[in-house]
Amino acid sequence: MIANELKKRALELLADGTVKRVLGWQKGEFEHDWSPALFETAEEMKGFVYGKYAGANLSKYCLKLNKEEGKTLVMLKPCDTYSFNQLLHEHRLNRENFYIIGVGCKGMEDQNGLLMKCTCCKGKVFELSDEVIDDEESRQPMPEVDRFEQVAKLEQMTHQERFEFWRNELSRCIRCNACRNVCPACTCVKCVFDNPGSGIASKANVTDFEENMFHIIRAYHVAGRCTDCGECSRVCPQNIPLHLLNRKFIKDMNELYGEYQAGEGAEERTPMTSYTLEDVEPGIVHERGNE
Amino acid sequence: MMRKFAANKVEDIIKAIPMPVYAPIEENGMVQYDRFEEGAKLNLDTCKTEKSPKDLLFPQWEDMMHFRMEGKTISITEQERCSQDYVLFGARACDLKAFEVLDRVFLVDPVDTYYAARRAHGIVVALACGEPEDTCFCGVFGIDPANPTADVVMWKVGEEYYAEAQTKRGEELMANWETQEADAAALEPVKAEIGKKLAEKPFANLNLEGLDGDHMMEMFRSAQWKKLSMACLGCGSCTFVCPTCQCYDIRDYDSGKDIQRYRCWDSCMYSDFTLMAHGTNRPTQVERYRQRFMHKLCYYPANNEGLYSCVGCGRCVRKCPMNLNIVKVIKALGEEKK
Repeated sequence: MIANELKKRALELLADGTVKRVLGWQKGEFEHDWSPALFETAEEMKGFVYGKYAGANLSKYCLKLNKEEGKTLVMLKPCDTYSFNQLLHEHRLNRENFYIIGVGCKGMEDQNGLLMKCTCCKGKVFELSDEVIDDEESRQPMPEVDRFEQVAKLEQMTHQERFEFWRNELSRCIRCNACRNVCPACTCVKCVFDNPGSGIASKANVTDFEENMFHIIRAYHVAGRCTDCGECSRVCPQNIPLHLLNRKFIKDMNELYGEYQAGEGAEERTPMTSYTLEDVEPGIVHERGNE
Repeated sequence: MMRKFAANKVEDIIKAIPMPVYAPIEENGMVQYDRFEEGAKLNLDTCKTEKSPKDLLFPQWEDMMHFRMEGKTISITEQERCSQDYVLFGARACDLKAFEVLDRVFLVDPVDTYYAARRAHGIVVALACGEPEDTCFCGVFGIDPANPTADVVMWKVGEEYYAEAQTKRGEELMANWETQEADAAALEPVKAEIGKKLAEKPFANLNLEGLDGDHMMEMFRSAQWKKLSMACLGCGSCTFVCPTCQCYDIRDYDSGKDIQRYRCWDSCMYSDFTLMAHGTNRPTQVERYRQRFMHKLCYYPANNEGLYSCVGCGRCVRKCPMNLNIVKVIKALGEEKK
């Protein structure tokens, strides 16, 4: 069993001093409500769990742990490794501060079943790791699905229909910023929306369009860096399908600049940060918008 | 006097109420308190709405006043207070207990006139719980979900609603409801059943011993806060769905000529909460997290004769994206006492 092996290995690495702490998951009050947790001793490791409710992407927590003394053992599922790798590309993490165990994943769930992000699995490849602990079953690919299906449906709508779709979805937003706080691509030390001096602090909307703009701007801000980890939609207390905004950008980038997956492979110039003579002309982008 | 009516007549009763009615309405698969209008999907069976009816008394955003500059004169326009009676229909015992918690903040000197006006004009029709959820633990705070306090209280008995006015306003409201006489004795088994169901819920036996205003420094200095708060995103969802969280910020929106002074919910989970010129005295999420639960379980009861500012509604248990909640805090701090 992956969980037992993971625990055994983590205890070894703690005991021999390779790592100072372990970033993993612990059980909650019910069967399904696991939380990310930090373990520093063998005693604490008794509470460590791994299994189908370990859906949370631990990469974002690494930002804080990057400043701690000594190595942190972090457990990353295949899709989580894209987020971690992207943070390395952006020089937000130091690789040497982490010992990474890639953990096999069979699709994560919550009390409502398979997580949205797992319905279109990125595959079973670990972008980086010091070692991998998995099993035969976790190496089996998940069923192939077109992750852009819903985006394509939105594209088929008229401007008015699409506008109404998003107005309706985003009208539920309570500006808790959980989407931003969980997002591994949102790494500003101080978000402009948390800065009272910015004039656009997020505590209240001046107009009823403001939270709409917030989400659209945030999607622009992470475009080209979003790995499509799906955490934004997973944590939204108001069930807003925020990942569709990001996926629209990903789909556009794929179509305009060629297939691109943020967080994949070695550090390189990304579609949004490099200019080539073959780049699509702005007019074409504009035209697409009017289709 | 106990009255009853067929459960399928409840919409007719609401429609006949000659004032705005706010009730649990289902939309996009979520049940929220909202204005009942023709075509709205009433849902009285859901135990827990996503957010609480706190929003009706203390909305997330509200204007307080407007200033206008013309030449060298400033004119000030007061924001009108709520001046029309309305009905809150279907509220549950925990959420109504939360109103008491809010009253002790907003209705003490200096009285918050915005809140006070809404509170005074609201007529509350409560509904006893039928099916407590696994996340419910109101009983831990001495709340009886079978006996809410309100102007009118309703109980669902089979395919009928029993209703009883508890105040004069409630009597006036019920005067033109089409109801029949009913025997209150029929409620006893129903009430007993609710109590039994709640007692079987996972958090029914949470122990609050040692968590109160008398144990402030022990609680404050607990070594548990760091672990408890580790996964906290600081999103404040817990404070937004909480029926007793009452912190707000006052801000000005300056258009150049006009200033709109508004207030909005604030959250102790945020980095800029109560930010002062010298900075913040809660620099990390550990202190912010501790503040929220210290307020619920220690500071508030210390100042309010032991009344906790948690009513066990369990919304934070359900909503936290990382599954952190007050139950874990109560258990972890309580464990230290042993």
